[in-house]
Amino acid sequence: MARALITMPKTAKRGEIVEIRTLIAHPMETGYRAGDDGQLVPRNLIRRFSCRYEGELVFSAELFPAVAANPYITFCTLATATGTLQFSWEGDGGFSQTENVVLTVT
Amino acid sequence: MSSLQMIIKRRTLLSAGAAIGTLLVVRPARAAEGDLPSAIKAFTSGAPVQRGRVKIDIAPLVENGNTVPITVHVTSPMSAADHVLAVTVLNEKNPQRDVITCRLGPRAGRADVSTRIRLATSQQLVAIAQMSDGSFWSDSVDVIVTLAACIETP
Repeated sequence: MARALITMPKTAKRGEIVEIRTLIAHPMETGYRAGDDGQLVPRNLIRRFSCRYEGELVFSAELFPAVAANPYITFCTLATATGTLQFSWEGDGGFSQTENVVLTVT
Repeated sequence: MSSLQMIIKRRTLLSAGAAIGTLLVVRPARAAEGDLPSAIKAFTSGAPVQRGRVKIDIAPLVENGNTVPITVHVTSPMSAADHVLAVTVLNEKNPQRDVITCRLGPRAGRADVSTRIRLATSQQLVAIAQMSDGSFWSDSVDVIVTLAACIETP
């Protein structure tokens, strides 16, 4: 399990725009870089990130080697109703991680 | 210093120079995958791209290309009828043209996305937004990179 950080408010008013900041520990190895032995380090990337709000896809991103190590992504979402936001990262070598955060809407 | 010592010193310097020369073996050029106009075309499927509505926020002078904060703002009401469908960032001189492609919708509320990217060298960056009405809008910036990514170990 990689360490993932999700920064967002715990509560929001209905209709408020909530800013979500996400960061996950991952090397994002490009496959273009030579290691200490002079051989290319095999590619190891997170390819996809998505955010579902009570099951509905509200944001997704396709990541390429040009995304820096420990991918940091921020985006916004509209607070509609109290519910769970499910964040998931998928990548090479079967990498998959999901985090859940509850947003209370008043 | 005698002339003999000077010669020896010169010899060692020369051989040291030769050793450095052999260390600087030219790495095989990495084939860059496509050029920027064709990457733009691949994203828009040939539709015309207008300038405006999109704004890239990035430092014009980047000291470390390994992690460069970038924000893309798109001006849009983000309503069910008129919203941003996708935002992509493309580069000119990295080994691959694509950087990140984000898919949004009316649930985003505001079309602002940020991330941190790698830049191999000083180059142009282009951000393109696809709107729900099928139009494409873009912005481009030139950035100067003093320490390149992909060469040094981060």
